[in-house]
Amino acid sequence: MINCNSIMPMEQKEIENLIKISIPDAEVTITDLAGDNNHFSAHITSSLFDGKTRIQQHKMVYDALEGRMGGILHALSLKTTVKKD
Amino acid sequence: MNDHVSESIQSTIDSSDVVLFMKGNREMPQCGFSNAVVNALSYLEVKFEDVDVLQSEEIREGIKVFSDWPTIPQLYVKGEFIGGCDIVKEMFETGELSQLFTEKEIAHTKKD
Repeated sequence: MINCNSIMPMEQKEIENLIKISIPDAEVTITDLAGDNNHFSAHITSSLFDGKTRIQQHKMVYDALEGRMGGILHALSLKTTVKKD
Repeated sequence: MNDHVSESIQSTIDSSDVVLFMKGNREMPQCGFSNAVVNALSYLEVKFEDVDVLQSEEIREGIKVFSDWPTIPQLYVKGEFIGGCDIVKEMFETGELSQLFTEKEIAHTKKD
């Protein structure tokens, strides 16, 4: 199995900050899955997800990461949840 | 992405009910995320076409532009982009994937 992640890893805080810049009310929980600073899972809760499909919600997070997805941070598993008031 | 690549992707998507753009193929997935989606589809015994994007850099990058989605794998059902690994896994776990196949009249084994 080829290695899916061979590019500079991103710090967890950097991921959280980038997400919160675009999604200000986001609650972000990040787990480093493999302890290698490059396989993360992120659970994001925000009211801005309300009424959006999962694809749209995940795209909001990818956009927040400004195109780093796929390139620098290949292995970020996402879970999004609508924040209810 | 030039028209030739876009047309090639479109015709691939139109040619089968279920198309998975992945790294590797169903027998030899080359990435854990692609492998996870292959497993979900195999578990539901869904007939699908596997497209190994590692065979063509044009397709590998073109599909990301085509769907405006930055990663591989990408699952398409009856021409519609369903999602990548995270979304397909979540749909599989909640039963929504099986429900989608039922709604789209795609043969599969419903397992609860």
